Amino acid sequence: MAANRQFCSFYLDGLFFGVEVEKVQEVIRHQEQTPVPLAPRVIGGLINLRGQIVTAIDLRRRLELSDRSDDQKAMNVVVRTDEGVVSLLVDEIGDVVEVEAQGFEPPPDTLQSGVRGMIRGAFKLKDRLLLLLDTECVMKA
Amino acid sequence: MGEWDEIIKEFLVESSENLDQLDQDFIELEKNPSSKELLSRIFRAIHTVKGTSGVLGFPKLESVAHVGENLLSLLRDGEMKLDPELISGLLAMVDAIREMLRQIEASANDGDKDYSALIEQLSALKAKRVEAAAQEQGSPKIGRILVDSGAVQKEQLAQAVALQSGGDPRRLGEILIDSGAVKPREVLDALQVQSESSPGLSSSNLRVDVNLLDKLMNLVGELVLARNQVLQFTAGQQDATFLSTAQRLNLITTELQEGVMKTRMQPIGNLWNRLPRVVRDLAVGLGKKVRVEMDGSETELDKTILEAIKDPLTHIVRNAVDHGIEMPGERVQAGKSEEGALRLHAYHEGGQVNIEISDDGSGINLSRLKQKALEKGLITGEAAARMPERELLNLIFLPGFSTAQNVTNISGRGVGMDVVKTNIEKIGGVVDLHSDAGQGTTIKIKIPLTLAIIPALIASSGGERFAIPQVSLLELVRLEGDESRRAIEKFHGAPVYRLRGNLLPLVYLNRELKLRDSDAHSGVNIVVLQADGRQFGLVVDEINDTEEIVVKPLGKQLKGISCFAGATIMGDGRVALILDVMGIAQIASVITEIHEGSAIEAASRQDDTVVGRDAWLVFTVAGSRRMAIPLSMVSRLEEFPVTSLEHSGNELVVQYRGMIMPLIDIARRMNHQLGKQTETLQVIVYSDAGRSIGLIVDQIVDIVDQSVKIEQQESASELAGSAVIQDKVTDLLNLAVLVKGTAVQEMK
Repeated sequence: MAANRQFCSFYLDGLFFGVEVEKVQEVIRHQEQTPVPLAPRVIGGLINLRGQIVTAIDLRRRLELSDRSDDQKAMNVVVRTDEGVVSLLVDEIGDVVEVEAQGFEPPPDTLQSGVRGMIRGAFKLKDRLLLLLDTECVMKA
Repeated sequence: MGEWDEIIKEFLVESSENLDQLDQDFIELEKNPSSKELLSRIFRAIHTVKGTSGVLGFPKLESVAHVGENLLSLLRDGEMKLDPELISGLLAMVDAIREMLRQIEASANDGDKDYSALIEQLSALKAKRVEAAAQEQGSPKIGRILVDSGAVQKEQLAQAVALQSGGDPRRLGEILIDSGAVKPREVLDALQVQSESSPGLSSSNLRVDVNLLDKLMNLVGELVLARNQVLQFTAGQQDATFLSTAQRLNLITTELQEGVMKTRMQPIGNLWNRLPRVVRDLAVGLGKKVRVEMDGSETELDKTILEAIKDPLTHIVRNAVDHGIEMPGERVQAGKSEEGALRLHAYHEGGQVNIEISDDGSGINLSRLKQKALEKGLITGEAAARMPERELLNLIFLPGFSTAQNVTNISGRGVGMDVVKTNIEKIGGVVDLHSDAGQGTTIKIKIPLTLAIIPALIASSGGERFAIPQVSLLELVRLEGDESRRAIEKFHGAPVYRLRGNLLPLVYLNRELKLRDSDAHSGVNIVVLQADGRQFGLVVDEINDTEEIVVKPLGKQLKGISCFAGATIMGDGRVALILDVMGIAQIASVITEIHEGSAIEAASRQDDTVVGRDAWLVFTVAGSRRMAIPLSMVSRLEEFPVTSLEHSGNELVVQYRGMIMPLIDIARRMNHQLGKQTETLQVIVYSDAGRSIGLIVDQIVDIVDQSVKIEQQESASELAGSAVIQDKVTDLLNLAVLVKGTAVQEMK
């Protein structure tokens, strides 16, 4: 983590998250989802991404945050992972942020255990923290 | 390096294709030993392998191919006569080559297995037969070309050939160059002539990555949807130009779709080519004589289907040779020719492919079948007496049934006819069996042309649309108004409907899928479905339409949900789930419900036990305790060196794929004596809620696909019960209890 790196940022329940730009295939606005009955709660549904059927993961539920209110439409951050392409449902899309590697710090010991692993750490930006999401770990749902 | 890999890959693909053809050719050759064309083709294939492996630096492969080539060149030039011993030797060589190719694929070198015995054997075969042949006559082609072009004298050539057969490892050209008889240039020219004279591969064929085809297929599917939307839109339009353009778009799309579908089609002959070899080896081993006849090998099938029927087909063919066709003596006694016939016949019919495998053997002995079924407790004596012949025959498709009196190493290797049936049904096919005592057996398989696009019924329930594959659909029933309340009766709580006098169990789709209850409807729609030979009625809110749908797989995260077979994109661009009728039947326990006429169910009712049909992973702990868990819960099998074990708190852990994986030593957990200390640990990796847990076991025994009767059940214990698997008592582990208290549980 020597050089500066770029992250695609997004908001989730007031928190500011980032995913490595190179892992993001695309960012798209709200897509109609087909719910999957009997699937785990974290599965948001299936979306049609130009003919490809992609599983959407409700990142709020995955990260044990409170559910989105009904009138709030989720955005899709489509990421490539070892397990294939998936869409992460987020509240709002931010800019691509360039950060300095020195500003990185691993999660504190007090971070609740369930989320540990999914958040690799945080970049200390001037006015807030950019939490680095581990997409592979998120996928192991 | 990448380019090099590419070359090797190309070589492997080409060689294995050639070898498949070879097996076929050799069998053909045995029947027709003087065919020059066959011999030349075989020679060329081996020659190519030899040449390329030399260039790529696989010396072992080269040397094996080299002796084979020598033998073949003599055969081709008529210096030697073909006999069964020679063919067996050559087949052994092909096997060795195949083995090395696999080795190369796995490790990029041709392995360290010693093939010198084989080489010696082949050389001996050659020596024995050539002894009297004149050396000059035996001169390989390259020598002849050189002589013809006047580059060398016949005497020089004879000398060189003598040296070579005396054990000189150099090639003929090299010997000649080294002895100064020719210039390297001349040998190169001769080689050029040699390679030109062998017909090159047709340049009208192209190798294409299957992934690329799949991608094209996806895009075409998408194009079809876009086309449908455009056509819907044209309905309200007047513009003539637009209408005719839309019409053309329609036609072109249809044609394109057909074209792309065709690229995935392969003749069934590709699969059949391997069978004569299988039959030959089997027949030789059993001392039987079997002739294979194939008809319709050009019949085309989707590649994925072809792969899916490979094992079932091989199994049926093995069965036919092993159990169907009699020993030559018996055949003669029965007034048949000594040689048994195995016929494979494939043809298209009504959008499906039919494959018939028939033998003229002894047929299925019904009384033995009956007796066997009685012994195994699959049917009662009374039922057996009543059963019509056709139903009796179908008994061999029951799990746990084998007519083989003794399990040979040929049949009875874990794949029974029940697995054949399940595998064929999995791809929407049907198996049918017909047998005449003394006359032979015919097995008929009906399978769809492709799995990619299937006809389906679109129905909605709980506000969602679902696609139901038409193969399992029997009929639709609609109950209107008052009837909808009266006609549905309760069978001790279970809703049933009288369909032409028979009670049809009803399954409410919205309840099974935990969807919201339907709004008050005036009527009830029942989709009558068939799963595993059982009928049930699926109650849905609304029947929408029938449609040809493009099947797309679900992501890995959803693979565990058995009631969906995939998903598809509807005309409006939304995704709809495709129901897996078998899966629905299972979760609704239609399949395990008591049902008259079903032998297994009757048996389980008597014993008051649970029948669970599944694939099981069997392993041992603490020396000899046999245990099993459902294969579906296993994500991987791994080995870890003992030294890699670490501790985290009280837990034994190991680093696995960048994560810390807790390990459970089953023996220790169940207070058994510990097994032998070994240097590597066998670990079953089990995933739950995104975390992996490793189970330490002594040894992995087998994967068994059979229905299991669970004898005792204690829900809170670490053992779910025990069962007889492969004739041995095996404990079934209750993973949910076992992993309690580990990190996984805390995650939840």
